[in-house]
Amino acid sequence: MGPKSVALFATCLVDLFYPQVGEATVRLLRRLGVRVTYPANQTCCGQPLFNNGFHEEAARVARQTIALLEPAECIVVPSGSCACMLKKEYLHLFQDDPEMHQRAAGLGRKTYELSDFLVRVLGREDVGARFTGTATYHPSCHLLRGLGIADAPTRLLQRVQGLTLHELPAAENCCGFGGSFAVKFPEVSNAILQEKIRNIRSSGAEILVANDCGCLMHMGGGIRRTPQPIRTMHLAEILAGDATTDTHR
Amino acid sequence: MTDSRSAFIAKARGAIEDRQLQEALDLATGRFLTLRRNAFRSLPDPEGLRERARAIKQRTIRELDQHLERLATEIQRAGGRIHFAADDRECVDIILRLAKERGVRSVVKSKSMASEEIHLNPALEGAGITVVETDLGEWIIQLAKETPSHIIAPAIHKTARQVAELFSAAVKRQLPPDPEALTAAARQELRQKFFQADMGISGANFAVAETGTIVIVTNEGNGRLVTTLPRIHVAIMGMEKVIPTLTDLMVFLQLLARSATGQKMSVYTSLIRGPRRPGETDGPEEVHLVIMDNGRSRQVGGPLEESLNCLRCGACLNVCPVYKEVGGHTYDSTYPGPIGIILTSFLGHEPKNLGGASTLCGACLEVCPVKIDIPRMLLTLRHEAEQGRELPRGERWSFRAAGLILRSPVLYRLAARLGRIFQRPFLHDGYLDRLPGPGAGWTRFRDLPPVAARPFHARWKELERES
Repeated sequence: MGPKSVALFATCLVDLFYPQVGEATVRLLRRLGVRVTYPANQTCCGQPLFNNGFHEEAARVARQTIALLEPAECIVVPSGSCACMLKKEYLHLFQDDPEMHQRAAGLGRKTYELSDFLVRVLGREDVGARFTGTATYHPSCHLLRGLGIADAPTRLLQRVQGLTLHELPAAENCCGFGGSFAVKFPEVSNAILQEKIRNIRSSGAEILVANDCGCLMHMGGGIRRTPQPIRTMHLAEILAGDATTDTHR
Repeated sequence: MTDSRSAFIAKARGAIEDRQLQEALDLATGRFLTLRRNAFRSLPDPEGLRERARAIKQRTIRELDQHLERLATEIQRAGGRIHFAADDRECVDIILRLAKERGVRSVVKSKSMASEEIHLNPALEGAGITVVETDLGEWIIQLAKETPSHIIAPAIHKTARQVAELFSAAVKRQLPPDPEALTAAARQELRQKFFQADMGISGANFAVAETGTIVIVTNEGNGRLVTTLPRIHVAIMGMEKVIPTLTDLMVFLQLLARSATGQKMSVYTSLIRGPRRPGETDGPEEVHLVIMDNGRSRQVGGPLEESLNCLRCGACLNVCPVYKEVGGHTYDSTYPGPIGIILTSFLGHEPKNLGGASTLCGACLEVCPVKIDIPRMLLTLRHEAEQGRELPRGERWSFRAAGLILRSPVLYRLAARLGRIFQRPFLHDGYLDRLPGPGAGWTRFRDLPPVAARPFHARWKELERES
């Protein structure tokens, strides 16, 4: 079932701020019998540049990322947002450059967001994970609406032994991150965030799970400022949990 | 862009602090969305219908000249008159001239965003003509001396209590904050105005080319009175509102009310074809249609063309996380919300680029009845702002620098290392909580995790050996 070997595109946020998510992704994939490579010299997909209007700069970064990843048979990205950039936005970036456009399309076809890869390519919903606790899941906008991946993450979470999944009210609402929007329009971003935090809290879960480190950084950073913190975790961290790691209770 | 961004931020701050506004916005947008969802459930194939609607619009926009010509011919055949206005000023001039030539002293209006776009009311009042808005929401904001804050619900930002105060002052007696009592009072007060008016001004939701029919969709019945009681009816519309056939109209009518208010049909759907004919007992003596360009035709064939598909249903406002927090007035333009940002970038004489005021969450695209890819166009506006050097210098340099760093793995790793050093003074309890410069925008409300002591790329060698 599925490819024997995948290349991991870790994303800059995982690389610099959440390396444990990268490790969890690697361990999870290995446990499922997939060999993981990590093409050297990765930086970022270029989305921050693209979303802020710097298309030329983004295209240069994209060229480099395409060259780096295209030899791989299959690419897995632990982020809906960055996967969306690779799969969809690169095509727009190179719409006037037929050669690059074709290469971008080729890369896009074999690039998968992690949960999508597990469910659709490996055909696994039960990944043999064990994790004791209660969690609620926030579908990030680029994953849900950008890539149309709605069920895969919850299906995976439902099969985690020991994990109780709570419904998140108004789950599909944005968390207010929006990349540099959070910095350029802090008050608005925060107002959206506070509503999200209220909903997370009302779910009654101890852990907030999402597939995007950007959103997790935003929601987690906001939650830390509230009196009763809730843990934020990437889907990969939950799914990588097994009998040896699930010892904290 | 810098100026419009700071103005937006300043107004947004006020809006977020305004408890009454927040309450009113939550209530109304939430209600619209629930109703919309339910109304779409009654359609056998909503996706197919949206695709059809989109295809009709796309095709019509590409052949705009031809359809407008046909519309003009048919309107004239039905006894109506046609006027073309290149921009807002010309549009106002046409209407003022009509009013002056015909000795008009008082005007009643039904809701029209096109008339807001050209700032018609102050122009009419300046010419000594009395103007009364007869749509309930529009009357509220006329009394409050404000502008609409939502495309279909102009007074969405007002609570019942605030409306009671405004109406009480208008009818000179104390009214309770009870919607039924308030509408009854409005009805009584406005009824006289319809009889006194010489001219009725309306918008047009659609204009059907093959029959020369002006279509107006309303819920309060005031649209019927505005277009039938006064001796002159003037309808104003953007040129993109033309649709080829009545069959096309049926597609849009199934989508418009569902998207806007969550109704299967609005209460009144008026199809107007020319003035009163000999032997008929009612209807106006004259019907005029003013077709306005005001920046629209320039978009045909360009990256913002799709925005001309817009039906003005307002659904994208109701789902927009930003609109829901800041309300319509924060955008400081006729059309607020996601589609408003696009329209404001090219309509009229003072276009502005607010492309940054979005999280790009994509909810607008998901609800749009004609599937306008608003996020895509917001990205286009951001690119235009960058190309036009509208961004603050500091921002431009930071992103240019980021471009260089991300292109070079060596610089990238060096930057990570420098980040680890420079973040030290700001680390408290394992997180950065008070950053200077642009980082302050983040840490004002949120903690930021530090750059990891050992990034993933440094851990890979070990990880590789584990397997």
